[in-house]
Amino acid sequence: MSIHRLAERLRTEIGRANVLTDRQQLRTYECDGLAVYKVMPALVALPDNVDQVAAVVGACVEAGVPYVARGSGTGLSGGALPHADGVLIVTSKLRSILEVDPDNQRAVVEPGVINLDVTRAAAPHGYYYAPDPSSQQICSIGGNVAENSGGAHCLKYGFTTNHVMGVKVVSPDGDVVTLGGKAPDPPGYDLLGAFVGSEGTLGIATEVTVRLMRAPESVRTLLAAFHSTDDAGAAVSSIIGAGVIPAAIEMMDALAIEAAEAAVHCDYPDGAGAVLVVELDGPAAEVEEQFEQVEQHCGLAKAFEIRVAADDAERALIWKGRRSAFAAVGRISPDYIVQDGVIPRTALPEVLRRMGELSDDRGLRVANVFHAGDGNLHPLVLFDDTIEGETEKAEELSGAILDLCIEYGGSITGEHGVGMDKAKHMPRMYTDDDLDTMQMLRCAFDPDHLSNPGKVFPTPRLCGEVPGRHKGAHPLQEQGLAEVF
Amino acid sequence: MSDDEVLDDLRKVCDDRVRPAGCDDSIDGVQPRHVATPSSTEETAEVLRVAAQHGLHIVARGSGTKQRWGNSPSQLDLVVQTTAMGGVVEHAAGDLITVVRAGTTMTDLQNVLASADQQLALDSPLPSATIGGTVATDTSGHRRILYGTMRDLLIGITFVRADGVVAKAGGKVVKNVAGYDFGKLLTGSYGTLGVITEVALRLHPLPRGRRVVTSTAADGDAAGVAVRRVLGSQVVPTAVEADQPADGPVTVAVLLEGVEAGVEARAAATVALLGPESVVGDAPEWFGRYPFGADDVGLKVTTTLSGVGPILSLARSVSHRHGVSISVRGSAAGVLCAALPADTDPSTVALVLEELRALAAAYDGTVVVLTGPTETRRALDVWGAVAGLALMRRLKDQLDPDHRLSPGRFVGGI
Repeated sequence: MSIHRLAERLRTEIGRANVLTDRQQLRTYECDGLAVYKVMPALVALPDNVDQVAAVVGACVEAGVPYVARGSGTGLSGGALPHADGVLIVTSKLRSILEVDPDNQRAVVEPGVINLDVTRAAAPHGYYYAPDPSSQQICSIGGNVAENSGGAHCLKYGFTTNHVMGVKVVSPDGDVVTLGGKAPDPPGYDLLGAFVGSEGTLGIATEVTVRLMRAPESVRTLLAAFHSTDDAGAAVSSIIGAGVIPAAIEMMDALAIEAAEAAVHCDYPDGAGAVLVVELDGPAAEVEEQFEQVEQHCGLAKAFEIRVAADDAERALIWKGRRSAFAAVGRISPDYIVQDGVIPRTALPEVLRRMGELSDDRGLRVANVFHAGDGNLHPLVLFDDTIEGETEKAEELSGAILDLCIEYGGSITGEHGVGMDKAKHMPRMYTDDDLDTMQMLRCAFDPDHLSNPGKVFPTPRLCGEVPGRHKGAHPLQEQGLAEVF
Repeated sequence: MSDDEVLDDLRKVCDDRVRPAGCDDSIDGVQPRHVATPSSTEETAEVLRVAAQHGLHIVARGSGTKQRWGNSPSQLDLVVQTTAMGGVVEHAAGDLITVVRAGTTMTDLQNVLASADQQLALDSPLPSATIGGTVATDTSGHRRILYGTMRDLLIGITFVRADGVVAKAGGKVVKNVAGYDFGKLLTGSYGTLGVITEVALRLHPLPRGRRVVTSTAADGDAAGVAVRRVLGSQVVPTAVEADQPADGPVTVAVLLEGVEAGVEARAAATVALLGPESVVGDAPEWFGRYPFGADDVGLKVTTTLSGVGPILSLARSVSHRHGVSISVRGSAAGVLCAALPADTDPSTVALVLEELRALAAAYDGTVVVLTGPTETRRALDVWGAVAGLALMRRLKDQLDPDHRLSPGRFVGGI
């Protein structure tokens, strides 16, 4: 079926206004948060409800046309990069909060719902939704599920996968399947656990049941300024070593601080080679004692200034610099690449030193903003696209940083996902057998590779004949050797 | 092919750690022909390759504490014993992770970790269980409220596929979204997707302070109200448990862990929530243990938080109506275990099961027959209805197309 005929069919099934084919309109959707990759989709579908999502997927399957799901388009790995000959299914019209159920500590939401809106809806009941990616004011829950998004507070509370209890999914067959629900431990394989973080390759979530957490009695936040990242790293190690698990420990180096100052005037201490943002939450008595310990550890690691947030406004100011860091880098460099590698926390000082060497070698600056508590680095490689050869140099440096993470036993991505961007790095982290095994799951869900093809894995696996899943007529029937009655 | 030829081929890859099976090796009443005890991932892979060549049906066994869980294997030739693969490979205390071989017992693992004031924050109701078996059956306990379950703590896995290929997923850093999360798929898969040989786990510091607040509720519904009051508060309990014996009142126990000054204040706050009759003291003797013994019928009932009270009450009334003793114990997070005596007539168990399943379903939950006498389980629908079964079958077909790994033990006869 041609895209033209598919578009006609979709207009009939989901309404004319929900199908875009005009090039000017399509352009809006040509990239996600990783704007270096741009592909114009053949068609954009904006379904209004689950049935329409299923109808679009069903039509794509029948036509053999690939499709890609997209939420708010904030992803940083090109996971929602459209397919040039395919359909982009945008979930932004599916934005109802279907239920807030404080009695059972759950909320049920549609995939287009904005992350922070879940917390806003739960707050009057004394609850919140824990995963808090820095883009939480705009990113969607459906996208969070696809990417298994993290955030600053996942050090203590875990990632999206630890907070999603159930999903309703339109599978790559066009079937609607429910995995999990409000109650824990559903019997059978943990397909929910596999679906969360599968980056849109196993289907599209159309309804998400999340766990709500009781708001903590007390939250304390401090900003500690150090002369070097080594000193700040030592503080992190001694805090964790003392058995304290803060809600968050974030680090920024001098270059990242400079960028944040230029962008949002967060007024971090002058002359800092690194700052730590440390937040503790929980029962007041618990937090008080541990907060004192954290202050002591920072002092012992030669922090030259410690600011404690006196109220929510001061806390917001401390976080403002950190949360704006990625965008802020635009103030000090025309272009930049964000990486998302992870290393064991204890390797932090060594890896930062070696990253410095790599950066000096290439003559490119690298700003560091990261979740220090769990070793999730966000090096920002700064470059100028207008200077000949600099983009390639930046990409090479960025790859070398990922190699460094793997060398120290880490990962190429902690929360942004593999997407289009890092698929080529997967073989450095996993063997062919590992990748082949992972793709068996893909084959079970999507043997025709129509759901977000080309992402996560560098090369697709041939799925072969899947028992019990024969589509269309039986071969004997096709050959006229048998009839179906 | 004769048994001798199979044994010879197994010996070529596993030396003297292969033997003909004896009566003690039967798995849930099914007699295997051979037992292999490989000492490494590579050796396990070679054993599984030989098994693939000969079309052998396999069950992996650690300490054997849960070999009467789920269904009986429908076919069995070879037991792959994991106990020669023991030991902690790596304990990076500063990174709060460990890498451990599948045959390590939970007790041994916790002892190693405790020397650095750390723990795998997962309960071991059966302490001699191996970590491999614990992952495969997804057992967890009362502390799930704070720490989650195995799926939340497992960060990397190495396993051997039915065709003898070694596969890894995840890694040894806590934060990692590269590739599909096969650790979660293997967790609770009852040995049907592969033989687990090594896992990487996230650790937590051992808490310094600890208090247990207990209180008595007149009946299940009252207990349900009490536990929800605690869960809805800001005391951040590690565990909230309800214990309803066959007769008499229900005990509620709340575990608080943290710094000494903190737990003192939180215990006082919990007493205020549960009422003046509640006491701060030692953990009750039943705390963290299954209500069922090795021979009893054990059910796992899941529900939303608000279903805990009604499930407790229904269990009591069913017990009276059918004249069978039923004790229930479990987490206010919505995971309760029920115990019926070993000699309960299977038809009575079926009636109890039906009523509990109907109510659990009303609270979005399920009831699984975890364990019980072999004959009883064979007479029952052990797993009940399972959502997403068609996709599960397709996954099984991909990883084990000949259905040779733990055949028949899992949901839908997988």
